[in-house]
Amino acid sequence: MFEHYLNLFIKSIFIENLALSFFLGMCTFLAVSKKVETAAGLGVAVIVVQAITIPVNNFIYTNLLKKGALSWAGLAEVDLTFLGLITYIGVIAAMVQILEMALDKFVPKLYNALGIFLPLITVNCAILGGSLLMVERNYNFTESVVYGVGSGTGWALAIIGLAGIREKMKYSNVPEGLRGLGITFITVGLIAMAFMLFSGIQL
Amino acid sequence: MKFLRNFLDQQEKHFVKGGKFEPYYPVYEAIDTFLFTSGKVTQRDSHVRDALDLKRMMMTVVVALLPAVYMALYNTGLQANLALAKLGLAGVEGWRGSILSALGVGLNPASICDNIIHGTLYFLPAYIVTIAVGGFWEAIFATVRKHEINEGFLVTSLLFPLILPPNMPFWQMALGISFGVVIGKEIFGGVGMNILNPALTGRAFLFFAYPAQISGDAVWVAVDGFSRATPLAQFADPTMTIGVSWYDAFMGLIPGSMGETSALACLIGAFVLVVSGIGSWRIMLSVLVGMVALSSLLNVIGSESNPMFQMTPAWHFVLGGFAFGAIFMATDPVSAAMTESGKFVYGLLIGCLVVLVRVINPAFPEGMMLAILFGNAFAPIIDKIFIKRNIKRRLLRNA
Repeated sequence: MFEHYLNLFIKSIFIENLALSFFLGMCTFLAVSKKVETAAGLGVAVIVVQAITIPVNNFIYTNLLKKGALSWAGLAEVDLTFLGLITYIGVIAAMVQILEMALDKFVPKLYNALGIFLPLITVNCAILGGSLLMVERNYNFTESVVYGVGSGTGWALAIIGLAGIREKMKYSNVPEGLRGLGITFITVGLIAMAFMLFSGIQL
Repeated sequence: MKFLRNFLDQQEKHFVKGGKFEPYYPVYEAIDTFLFTSGKVTQRDSHVRDALDLKRMMMTVVVALLPAVYMALYNTGLQANLALAKLGLAGVEGWRGSILSALGVGLNPASICDNIIHGTLYFLPAYIVTIAVGGFWEAIFATVRKHEINEGFLVTSLLFPLILPPNMPFWQMALGISFGVVIGKEIFGGVGMNILNPALTGRAFLFFAYPAQISGDAVWVAVDGFSRATPLAQFADPTMTIGVSWYDAFMGLIPGSMGETSALACLIGAFVLVVSGIGSWRIMLSVLVGMVALSSLLNVIGSESNPMFQMTPAWHFVLGGFAFGAIFMATDPVSAAMTESGKFVYGLLIGCLVVLVRVINPAFPEGMMLAILFGNAFAPIIDKIFIKRNIKRRLLRNA
């Protein structure tokens, strides 16, 4: 059993990396990767939010939305999966808001460090993508916790790696038309090619 | 020599400011410094006195690569001649056959001379295509962006054909080196500013774009229609027996990419690089340690369904591109980690990833290329961590 969770964890970090295999969350991935420190802050925020929202969405999905999930209320025939997308987005927004307030109150240091990134994460498609993939693959509750932490970690790893490269690229002499986002896109493509290393591993 | 110098001096006036070929000055400069030492001297006191400049450094790498080149010539011919003998063919088709018969060279696998000439007919065209196409891009970028054509390209262009299978179509080689030089290096600003190793970037591009010509059983021997599984594939398949001895694999007498097969030639190159101080022994050593550690661990764990778990470190070392990659590719001073302790982490990462991919990733039989690219991609962050740690330690020390 433990081995199954470990496999899922490794798979979600490396083989199915949200950023470099699925290209999710690209807007923040490209925009907030100029400095390693901020990238690391955003990475941590994504890990925390993924680890909270995916299990919560899983709970809502299995107990409210799935076909037959409402049988405890005597509504065995009801299928609310069409509400999925809007529910997950709502849950993510609410969770991020609550997390922000809680951090502000209890851990102001971390709150200041994360700054603008927490609200930004609400509209990060990697977060929504994580929830949707969780539903598509029928993870149970424990699996969704593992998947949440793993996929967040994978995304954080990718953005920190990219930020390291971009800091080094300060010393590069990129042609004018490609400076900024252009060269970043190409760099992401090249790292994704290196990440193909893991594609095909069966765990 | 005198004549050449005079000729170049005469041409110089056309290329300097105001001359009719002024935009092409980098091309003239490249030819001039390639043939002679640079005429430029510092006007004031120099900051660093060292006989080692970029040109000498790159030429040392080229010298270190020569054993691998000779083995590439010999072994490509040997494998082709062996295959011809096995298929019972008396001659080679196409233009290579015409050249061979015009020269009166036989196809005897036992004759060193026959093998080398036959192999040269595969390696030399590949090298010429690489130099011509890659040099073309270098010259364009140098002319437009007004920087010098750098000797670094000599190394890239020699490495690139060495890591390709012998029978690859020329247009694919041209495409690969174009991708490697342009996307892998020039758009970052040229030599010294790239993130990934240009030669490997070009090969990885070919690997994913045209897998039929660069993977599988049929491409590693130069003769069309002759299929022979590489030893790595034989290891992975429990129904096959390993067709080569360890000694042959160490010497490089096995099918494979042209210059990668011989671990012995790579070790000679490693000796040159380490003694001259150009290749980092830290990286070579730690790649080796990472590979030995993880493969021994997997030997102990074992697996019933996957025979690759039983491959010993000694076999990992001699097969595929491990030795070549660890010695010539991973040590690329631009794309590798720069900090001394970071080099160990970088090397260990590559060594472990190679074994990991070879053993548990059924999609790719060989992982050296992608493992090094992965290491390149994460080298800057490894450096960053070690630099920050050093700063912190020094602050504490002087507090």
